[in-house]
Amino acid sequence: MKLSRRELMKLSAATAAAGTFGLPALAQDIDELVIAYNVNLPSWDPTTGPSAVNPTIQGIYQSVFDQFILQEPDLSPAPGLLTEWGWNDDNTQVIMKVREGVTWHDGSPFTAEDVAWSLARAADPATGNPINFVWATLENFAADGNTVTADVKSFDPTIFKWMYFLTGYVLPKAYYEKVGADGFEAAPIGTGPYMVEKFERNAFVRLKANENYWGGKPDFETVTIKFVTDAAARVAEVESGNAHVTLEMPYEEYDRLKGTLNGVAAPISDIGMIFLNDIDVMLDPNVRKACVHAIDKQTIIDRLLSGYGVAIDTLQTPEYEAYDPSIKVAYDPEKAKEYLAASGYGPDNPVKFKIQTTKGFKPKDYEMVQAIVGLWRKVGIEAEIEVYEIAKHYELRAADQLAPAAFYNWGNSVGDPTTSTGFAMFGPSPHSVWDGADLIEKIGPLWGEADEAKRIEGWKAVDAYIAENALVIPLLQYVQPILSAKGVAVTPHASGALLPHLMKRA
Amino acid sequence: MQLLRSFLFRLASTAITLIGVAVIVFFVIRIVPGDPISMMLPPGATDEDIARLTALYGLDKSIPQQFLIWAGGVLHGDFGMSITARRPVLELVLGRLPATLELSIMALVIAVILGGAAALIGTRERGTKIEAGIDVGNGMALSVPDFLWALVLILLFGVAWPVFHISGRITPSLDLPFATNFYLFESVLRLRFDLWADIVSHMFMPALALAIPLAAIIGQLLKQSLKETMHLDYVTLARTKGYGENRVIIREALPNAILPTLTLVGVQFTFLIGGTVIIERLFSYEGLGNMAIDAVINRDLPLIQGIVILFAVIFTAVNLVVDLTYALLNPRLRHA
Repeated sequence: MKLSRRELMKLSAATAAAGTFGLPALAQDIDELVIAYNVNLPSWDPTTGPSAVNPTIQGIYQSVFDQFILQEPDLSPAPGLLTEWGWNDDNTQVIMKVREGVTWHDGSPFTAEDVAWSLARAADPATGNPINFVWATLENFAADGNTVTADVKSFDPTIFKWMYFLTGYVLPKAYYEKVGADGFEAAPIGTGPYMVEKFERNAFVRLKANENYWGGKPDFETVTIKFVTDAAARVAEVESGNAHVTLEMPYEEYDRLKGTLNGVAAPISDIGMIFLNDIDVMLDPNVRKACVHAIDKQTIIDRLLSGYGVAIDTLQTPEYEAYDPSIKVAYDPEKAKEYLAASGYGPDNPVKFKIQTTKGFKPKDYEMVQAIVGLWRKVGIEAEIEVYEIAKHYELRAADQLAPAAFYNWGNSVGDPTTSTGFAMFGPSPHSVWDGADLIEKIGPLWGEADEAKRIEGWKAVDAYIAENALVIPLLQYVQPILSAKGVAVTPHASGALLPHLMKRA
Repeated sequence: MQLLRSFLFRLASTAITLIGVAVIVFFVIRIVPGDPISMMLPPGATDEDIARLTALYGLDKSIPQQFLIWAGGVLHGDFGMSITARRPVLELVLGRLPATLELSIMALVIAVILGGAAALIGTRERGTKIEAGIDVGNGMALSVPDFLWALVLILLFGVAWPVFHISGRITPSLDLPFATNFYLFESVLRLRFDLWADIVSHMFMPALALAIPLAAIIGQLLKQSLKETMHLDYVTLARTKGYGENRVIIREALPNAILPTLTLVGVQFTFLIGGTVIIERLFSYEGLGNMAIDAVINRDLPLIQGIVILFAVIFTAVNLVVDLTYALLNPRLRHA
């Protein structure tokens, strides 16, 4: 091979630069697993403050802390720190059995006291637990041997589901009381599969495998989670070999790279939906039904999301407990026109309203709304798009001031109908903007229903009623794209949490 | 005396500016839509739960009351607690400031080197194809925003030819002996050139992305000043004395031509620090800018206030320093 002087100089410069700065690790054996994560971790206490209710951070928390109950990748509960759980016969007390032989990261033994203390702390409003009101349905926590009991103050059929949901983490009583909140923030310990070795806020966290983990030592001894919030940078990280695993990149990039890297794209528990507020034209059932029938969800998924999505007709996904495949809302533009005509609207006399959406908060959110508005226009609906930040959405929704239609994504990683249809559609909930008394009446009794089968059937009936009356527009279940180096096999979790201890050497 | 009086006057006006910024920021971020409580409202929260959380973060009081409480704290060096990080705001912003300052200074150095070289070569080769090439390069550098340069650099030197690190400030596995957060400077002082190389390989691309547009501005302005100066009588005199062209440009023309550029560099440096917000985000660089974006997304009001005020302090301080430097360098002002 002949090299020109110019080429030789270029090569020399490249070699010198690489020698000086060091090339990133590429395909050599992975000693340290590097994950380019899509969010920052602001704080370590998984039970207080805004981070505690941020679903995207839970994967990091679950690497260090165990929840009361383990959640399998398919969302089903499994024995974790609690090996057994349930109510007494008259539902006045909860009884939990605690796993024995578990140790905290500092080597001290994990006990039932830790569980009782963690539950009592979560129920104490002074700690700042945003979900405090759920835990406060229990009181008088007591530990005896490996058994924890608590009195039921008000019966909540989903209380054990919260034990593998937001803020449902077990923290170390003795250690926390010794070091305090600041000490815990500086050096957090849990019983989870990984121990925190080094944490640089806004930069990375370095984890060491917990050799004594009750679920077995993780495959990777050291894991570095780098906080790379920009999607393009995450793709570059994994493409260049600087990181071994990343998630949440544009689907086009996923398709481009899944041939050279390992790719997993599995449905997760997040859904895209359009809230309908019962104001103005949305009080007209014909308008609502026309809106619903005019949307071709599958085509939107295929064209905009490269096929990565699952069309849904209720707020339940197939993994949720109250999913009812028999509830269908067909794409039928002719039917939509008929509904509109019945109310005096049509392509020449369109019904007009505003639809709000975020832009870039979720994959192709704005583009999806644009496509929907285009489909609506064909049948006689003229919707004006307003783009807003997600923070404004939360504020408007809490104040029940959303526009007649508003795009949003809803997460429900426990898969219970109360945390999807329930909170999204029950009028008094700050998350709902549909205030119809008929729906409140139907949902009300289900909150405290003790018969599980009856409860689930009740929610299915509610979903059928919502679909029939077009009280909300469910659109799709999101698919989470994950790319990993050839040497890493990732097991996706339907909650959307990216868990290093579920990653194995391929 | 005149200089001292001018300095004291600038100090007073700086203090008033900072107070104004504090008031505006405090009120504006509370008026715009989106509040932190709505962001953390859990499913099923009742009005009482919302009220409890609102009170917990002190947001139940009127905005003027909140301002007075906050201002009282600031006077005692307490900028409040970050809602998301639950750490003192001052500790957080001061912890990140060195990273942003180092990045900005490195970008400035690169910009001055690139822009200065372009101006000097352009002046030396004026009227030739080389000058035309430099003008074209300057035009391109100016018309492409820094975040696009960042993406181009990531693709070129992060992916296609992975010489530099794409994200972060330092390799996580390295043990750091540093006592301060000025990693770059401290690595030199400690003679830890292994760490220095690692830090530079993380900083180079974001710094270059920030520097390219500024380099173009410096290059254009300095070249223009140099060309004007080259027509002055004293330069002609230097030539008649037989000085070489390089000496004429560097020793004779440059000292006079550089003054307008110096003022511009000072002003642009403040814009450069502002530009770190996007660039730090793209490169996941743990500086103030990256933290600012998270604070805004999470509506972390105390943290937003702290960051904005710190940025304001930097801006006014840089402007003050530039004015003083200009006064010191300019004989007409120095002796006035």
